[in-house]
Amino acid sequence: MSDIHTPFPTVPSLLAKPLSFVPLAPIAQALTVLARRLVTRHPGLISRLGPYVDSSFAIAPTDLPVTLLLRPHPTAMRITLHRDPPRADARIAGPLSALLGLVHGTWDGDALFFSRDLVIDGDTSAALALRNAIDDCELDLGAEIAGLSGPFGRLLMPFIDLAERRTGMPLRRAEARP
Amino acid sequence: MMELVCPAGTPAALRAAVDAGAHTIYCGFADETNARNFPGLNFSREELAQGVDYAHRRGAKVLVAINTFPRAGAEGLWHRAVADAETADVDAVILADLGLLAHAAEHHPDLRRHLSVQAAAANPDAINFYATAFGVRRVVLPRVLTVAEITAINREIDVETEVFVFGGLCVMAEGRCSLSSYITGKSPNMNGVCSPPSHVQYVETKGALDARLGGYTIQRNAKDEPAPYPTLCKGCFQSGDMTGHVFEDPSSLDAKDLIPALAKAGVTALKIEGRQRSRAYVAQVVRSFRTAVEAVAAGRPVPPGTLASLTEGQAATTGAYRKTWR
Repeated sequence: MSDIHTPFPTVPSLLAKPLSFVPLAPIAQALTVLARRLVTRHPGLISRLGPYVDSSFAIAPTDLPVTLLLRPHPTAMRITLHRDPPRADARIAGPLSALLGLVHGTWDGDALFFSRDLVIDGDTSAALALRNAIDDCELDLGAEIAGLSGPFGRLLMPFIDLAERRTGMPLRRAEARP
Repeated sequence: MMELVCPAGTPAALRAAVDAGAHTIYCGFADETNARNFPGLNFSREELAQGVDYAHRRGAKVLVAINTFPRAGAEGLWHRAVADAETADVDAVILADLGLLAHAAEHHPDLRRHLSVQAAAANPDAINFYATAFGVRRVVLPRVLTVAEITAINREIDVETEVFVFGGLCVMAEGRCSLSSYITGKSPNMNGVCSPPSHVQYVETKGALDARLGGYTIQRNAKDEPAPYPTLCKGCFQSGDMTGHVFEDPSSLDAKDLIPALAKAGVTALKIEGRQRSRAYVAQVVRSFRTAVEAVAAGRPVPPGTLASLTEGQAATTGAYRKTWR
């Protein structure tokens, strides 16, 4: 785990800006496909949500001009992207790198919250259930994206590792890093 | 070497603790039988059995906390938890309730019993009673004692002692505190939740963060101040002319530098708090404390290094071990 007092890398505006005008539906569709693959491979993502499986979660990277709305479901998990903040039962906001670090076990969610790098509002219980469900699944989004790329996946991994080293964004599971 | 007893709220955290060097891991079932009954946390029976297998294969032990107080008429839930823990081949159960201790001693005599901090046994008479009456082999001491008091207690008892060395700090008489129950109707003692998240709300206004519990604002922090988890004991209140943390500052325990003194006091095991925390927290804290207990065992000084960034209030204290009063 890295020291959370190190400043979080932010998404360069050159990369973030296009999200203000490009069509969001195809990106949301790709994220939905990824999320459904994750649920199939990690059923604990759903079962640990318990009564909050029908809740909606707004994930707001503060360095991107979009908010991700997650609606968990065992077979019909859905992600949509929004330029205006969507209504949701719980909202978790912070730099994209902090959110990715949370998913990948790089940083502790409570510590990020105590340091005000992460903001939670709405249903605290639902947000906590999601955080705990994700933490237990030991997700590796880099590996999952590579897995979706079929035979090219193995070729993709070194580029994901390189991107992680260059940007400082936690793109792989903490325990998987060399 | 002193035994390092480490928290696991999920199977992933259990594996992280074992891999980071925990000698022993404590965890609980996903229901009101344990004092960390938070959403998305804890173990099913199957997950516990798998966790025990993972730990035992690597030489680590697993303890199961069944440390809430059973509701009258619903004792079956707690009795099943003890039986299922034994079936999963755990190394001990951590109990607090007199009736449950009696049940475990009678029906599961071969299952090692530890006394939870929730029992608040803070003197030799109480500890010796639990040892004699229920065969308790280890007691987790409440976080209200000085090192000198722990030394004195250890001279008068024949069971092992375990003390907290890191994590969230509870200053009340544990197992007796009614603050959470007073404001939310739910308590760590009966429901396994202190300040349950279902009653917690954070509201940000012009950069200031209001932390509310049960509808009451109990802490307001300016933009750059660390945020707390809203427990009444660490709330910010007005009392007479004073505005501040009347009971306790929102800081966490870090007694790493006291490990040599605790060893000298006759303490067997050091406990890290934080079953509600992530596997990242578990891995970092366990690694740090494993290095420290190894150093002390080898006669070297405790290695420097702070874990303050992981703590509530971003600040650490030695708590009651070095007791000072306002």
